[in-house]
Amino acid sequence: MAATLPVIDDPRVPQVELASFDQLWFQVAGTLCNLTCHHCFISCSPKNDSFGFLSLDEVQQRLAESVPLGVNEYYFTGGEPFLNPQMVEILIATLEYGPATVLTNATVLKDEWLQRLADADAASRFSLEFRVSIDGFSPETNDPIRGEGTFARALRGIVKLVEYDFLPIITAARSWPEADEARVVGEFTEMLRREGYRRPRLKILPMLHLGAEVERTHGYRPSERITAEMMKGFDRSQLICDHARIVTDRGVCVCPILIEAPDAVLGQSLAEADRPFGLSHGACYTCYQYGAICSNPSAASGGGHAARPT
Amino acid sequence: MTAAPTRLACFGGIYSNYLALEAALADVRRRGVDAVYCLGDLGAFGPHPDRVFPLLADHDVVCVQGNYDDSVGNELDDCQCGYVDPQDNHFAQISYDYTLAHTSAEHRAYLRQLPAEIRLEIDSRRVLLCHGSPRRTNEFVWESTASDHFLERLCREADADVVLATHTGIKWQRQLAEGRQFVNVGVLGRPENDGRRNVWYTLVEFGGDQVQVEFVPVEYDFARLAREMADEGLPAEFQETIRTGWWTTCLEILPVKERRRGAF
Ligand code: SF4
Ligand code: SF4
Repeated sequence: MAATLPVIDDPRVPQVELASFDQLWFQVAGTLCNLTCHHCFISCSPKNDSFGFLSLDEVQQRLAESVPLGVNEYYFTGGEPFLNPQMVEILIATLEYGPATVLTNATVLKDEWLQRLADADAASRFSLEFRVSIDGFSPETNDPIRGEGTFARALRGIVKLVEYDFLPIITAARSWPEADEARVVGEFTEMLRREGYRRPRLKILPMLHLGAEVERTHGYRPSERITAEMMKGFDRSQLICDHARIVTDRGVCVCPILIEAPDAVLGQSLAEADRPFGLSHGACYTCYQYGAICSNPSAASGGGHAARPT
Repeated sequence: MTAAPTRLACFGGIYSNYLALEAALADVRRRGVDAVYCLGDLGAFGPHPDRVFPLLADHDVVCVQGNYDDSVGNELDDCQCGYVDPQDNHFAQISYDYTLAHTSAEHRAYLRQLPAEIRLEIDSRRVLLCHGSPRRTNEFVWESTASDHFLERLCREADADVVLATHTGIKWQRQLAEGRQFVNVGVLGRPENDGRRNVWYTLVEFGGDQVQVEFVPVEYDFARLAREMADEGLPAEFQETIRTGWWTTCLEILPVKERRRGAF
């Protein structure tokens, strides 16, 4: 896997500092997933244990560590977070500290968990966001990428989340031509309404050419790299590595996208991981083109003149 | 002898709602305050953007520049609200194009020169008035997605004990460690997505051990505002918000807790 992510040792590679430690991510399920999506950018599967689960203890310790650093939001990803047997406790613990977002494929959710999370959410001052990944608006678009029957299963998960009033954000990697976007999104929204999701929340992500996605389409061309020239006048807050780090069982990495890259581990403590990172990877180019693809819409702030720090 | 407390009236987001502004200023006058501040976004959403400016001048309202004011003042292409949803952006653009086209050159010049922040020292407390957050004019700081330690860091980095902000359209406040405080003063321009038609401003009183914050509801002639919006050809969706108290557009930016409270 690392072979697809060559480190380009070039002094012209632009460095990005952790300008503001606003988001702390957790690779809470490692690379373990019940699905094996073709476009999974870190090639997760039921057998890929190159990254393992994080324990409740480890998460608690990192949450405490994040307080003096003034971290704002906590994000949980994998793999499939709900394969981690302590996931419900982890989210409940996090809601004591701040807002929590969990990225799930919604195929393994249990009522008992959702009831406990709904109670914790009601008792917390902070938002608990569910983000569900799905591809397109039908089994025909979703299942060839995510696996036979996964569309129906994810839909059942979404309906369950809606029943508990979590208003999940449905995240779809763009697997259609951009010109078709309005139609695709319209049909998808209609479908969700028919399933009982009265006010669906959608977030479209660009396709990342990494991991299993390399086999499906193509990897990054060498020309698809960020140069120092390109960074001039660019709003760096559009890049996750400008305001986030991710905890994995191998240490604290630069961003959720590059955990497998040989240079991604920046330290063992959150404080250690507060150092600049060279944007030498093809995935960095996608971030550059598409902006803050990993954050929630509510954490957005537009570019432009007013976006400059005052 | 203790000095009389200092009382400020603060509001954000007028969004061209000159009727609510009039009502709020009348209420402020009745109560008596030491100063009145607007934390930005004078235009947007409502009709006749030019009508708010004389009211602000007559009542010595001191203004901070919001993202909208920066955009209109400098005739930029969009409002810089930073919405991420295509539908939200569609409505934001209608509102922006109308506001820009109907703001006079004189008022645009006024908007252009507004400061991005105002700093006060009251009762040995450092007070920062800004639009979105101390660090970004258009940053959304929502109640349900702001941890205490994050707000404390924002205050610390801004050298402020009390931060007064707006931008999100929904008021809230948080007491922080070391006597610090973060207050979103709400907006006059449109109701809070709670099914009530009134809007809000905020009284901040300095003097005692604590900074006292009181959110004040403002009733105004919303039916007239909605009628004038219709006459100006502004979207039916905007009028509906004014008439019902529920947001109908720009909803995707809301975190789940705030979204759940609304109707759409
Ligand atoms: S994309 Fe998500 S659901 Fe699919 S294999 Fe990867 S982690 Fe699992
Ligand atoms: S992949 Fe994106 S977030 Fe990660 S280091 Fe590169 S630019 Fe930063």
